[in-house]
Amino acid sequence: MLPELGHFALILALLLAALQAFFGIAGPWLGRERWIAAVTPAVAGQFVMVALAAGCLVAAFVGYDFSVAYVADNSNSALPLFYRVTALWGAHEGSLLLWILLLAAWTVAVAFGAARLPRHFAARVLGVLGVVSFGFLLFTLATSNPFLRLDPPAADGADLNPILQDPALAVHPPILYTGYVGFAVAFAFACAAMLEGRMDQSWARWTRPWTTVAWAFLTCGIALGSFWAYYELGWGGFWFWDPVENASFMPWLVGTALVHSLAVTDKRGLFKSWTLLLAILAFSLSMLGTFLVRSGVLVSVHSFAADPKRGVFILAFLIVLVGGALTLYAWRAPRLRSTAGFELGARESFLLFNNVLLVIAAATVFAGTLAPLISDALRLGTLSVGAPYFNPTFMVSMLPLLALLSLGIHAGWKRGRLKDKQRTLLRTLLAAAVLGCAVAFGIFAGARVLTPVGLTLGIWIILASLVDPIDRWRRRLSLPRAVLGMTIAHVGLGLAVIALTTVQSFTVERDVALAAGASAEVGGYQFRFEGVHPIEGPNYGGAGARVAVTRGGAPVAILTPEKRQYWVQRQLTSVTSIRMSRGNNLLVALGDDLGGGGRWSLRIQIRPLVSLIWLAAFVMALGGVLAASDRRYRALRAAEAATAHAAGPAVQGS
Amino acid sequence: MRRQLTGALLGVLLALGGARTAHAVDPTQLPDPRLQARYLALTHEFRCMQCQNESLADSPVELAADLRAEVRDMLLAGKSDAQIRAFMVARYGDFILFRPRFNARTAWVWLAPGVLLLAGALVCVRVLRQRAALLPADTEPVQEDART
Repeated sequence: MLPELGHFALILALLLAALQAFFGIAGPWLGRERWIAAVTPAVAGQFVMVALAAGCLVAAFVGYDFSVAYVADNSNSALPLFYRVTALWGAHEGSLLLWILLLAAWTVAVAFGAARLPRHFAARVLGVLGVVSFGFLLFTLATSNPFLRLDPPAADGADLNPILQDPALAVHPPILYTGYVGFAVAFAFACAAMLEGRMDQSWARWTRPWTTVAWAFLTCGIALGSFWAYYELGWGGFWFWDPVENASFMPWLVGTALVHSLAVTDKRGLFKSWTLLLAILAFSLSMLGTFLVRSGVLVSVHSFAADPKRGVFILAFLIVLVGGALTLYAWRAPRLRSTAGFELGARESFLLFNNVLLVIAAATVFAGTLAPLISDALRLGTLSVGAPYFNPTFMVSMLPLLALLSLGIHAGWKRGRLKDKQRTLLRTLLAAAVLGCAVAFGIFAGARVLTPVGLTLGIWIILASLVDPIDRWRRRLSLPRAVLGMTIAHVGLGLAVIALTTVQSFTVERDVALAAGASAEVGGYQFRFEGVHPIEGPNYGGAGARVAVTRGGAPVAILTPEKRQYWVQRQLTSVTSIRMSRGNNLLVALGDDLGGGGRWSLRIQIRPLVSLIWLAAFVMALGGVLAASDRRYRALRAAEAATAHAAGPAVQGS
Repeated sequence: MRRQLTGALLGVLLALGGARTAHAVDPTQLPDPRLQARYLALTHEFRCMQCQNESLADSPVELAADLRAEVRDMLLAGKSDAQIRAFMVARYGDFILFRPRFNARTAWVWLAPGVLLLAGALVCVRVLRQRAALLPADTEPVQEDART
């Protein structure tokens, strides 16, 4: 019964989304106040229905209902409760349902937050979100229904993919999707502004907090994914430039550009059409990311052909939505003219560089990710593109970006007046260079060319970011949350640059073959292999090893890597064992039984500061959330809504 | 006795179903540290031909292990990196290289970032000129304090 109820709720949600889209867009267009009044109830109703559907699917998982195909494919009677719940988003169909649920939740939040916006504008925003939701619901119901039954029911489930049975990966999709979906809000604001023909600074101001929060979630989501890859995939790497990772990184890069260009549009009324375009682009890439990852198009061209219905629907939906938005843009954007001026060295010019470089970075990742497909399609032969391509080409745009950041945050609007800050900037740069070189050549030996450069840039960003807040604090001036948030986010970036440089330059890695009782020395630590014993978990068995780590005779840690075999899917997964020691992450992964009386291969890795990469990402996200909570947005919104309301609805487009 | 039993159990367990490990652990150690460094660099540059997106160094499948052994033998025989790459490409095609070669067919991949950067620079110059020209006429004040 429950699955049918869920299915039915999903159909009702589709109808409500259609109403929300129609009333939200047509209502303001035709000036029908009663239609506009119906938008918010439709939003609420849709959320309730989608939540009900998701609840039904969770209930099916929790209650071992293996007559539901999706449940039978992605869980098992031995699967622990926690993973039976998170199995909801373990595959394509449920992931879509999660996406829709999060979109419905964001829409409710926007409906609440938009209560202070002009009525017509708010209705249009919700209407556009309704269009997005309608498309996703239709896609789910038509091609990816998670409620389909099996006849006869499966005796037991095929189990959740073992590599997804992990706490970090269990929470990674919801957080990542919250970010993706959040860009839908920026997209909706942009489309609403274009529909209304009122593309002044106000829409940018209203959108800023939403976009920043979405960006913060996306940052956390990517960091969690990277953290998971580090300890679960067993290679001990944290970023592989895999198509799946790139699919989430591209919207992040464009979203970062959007966060910055919104600032210019908000403050100076500049870059208006460019900001609109970025809002469309960020969301398009988010959708692409969602579809491509779960439907398997990017990873393998062949799975596209495996289910042509899905592929065709995705393509059609993307064309309708993105094409529609771009058409709207082509129609509206030429009217935008700004007479504001600024000079080279002004804050605007640095934010221009920021945007251009971030978009180039995204385009580079895009080109590299799709190069194999493009090359194949153009009959230029097959080719592969991996880390040896991405690492150097990504630097082409990243290094100038990092170098310009410290200057940009000190530049004033309109006229840079960097001369006034010359001494501060030179001093911080000098301090950063001394520190960077000291770390590169003093603490660690054998630095690469880019090591001192990376360290200097990272430290400079942190020092330069802190100058202004410290100055304000000394003079007992107030520190608005927007400034504080920006500072924290930039410090986070600086930390990330330092961590990435250190890890890339000073990682020590060795694969060794050890008999029980034998030791290996890696990077000043002794790793003593104490042998392997069998282990058994709720739904897996396997081998666990003990490795005692010492440094100069003093015990440091006992590491216990495992190799698990999950009973149902017969897949071997590696569980690495990681300990912190003096800022280093010691990682041991268990390899293979080499025979010969307990000889095993082991991977030993010492990565300095690697944990700082993820910590830095969370610091950046925290900065974003803080900035979004600035009082300014709330106060301004109330004031603007009042004036906009007094002026009556803006010009109708026709 | 008990230890033997658990050992046998483990052996059976890990051999079951021909399941693949999540990653390869490759304890190959070449006599010369410089050869070892080249070995690691090369095996990370070649793609595993059977996997989704893994390098030879990381791939657990047998073919990858064979190819790693081949790379090792060629290194020990004194072949240069270029010779080893040429051998791999002759046998498996350009697909095996994670770092695409630079030739007429792949030039666009390598030139794309540079071309983009150039285009970006041109855009910046144009916008900056335009905006600098507007500066004298723009008398609207800016709040100096509001930074963000």
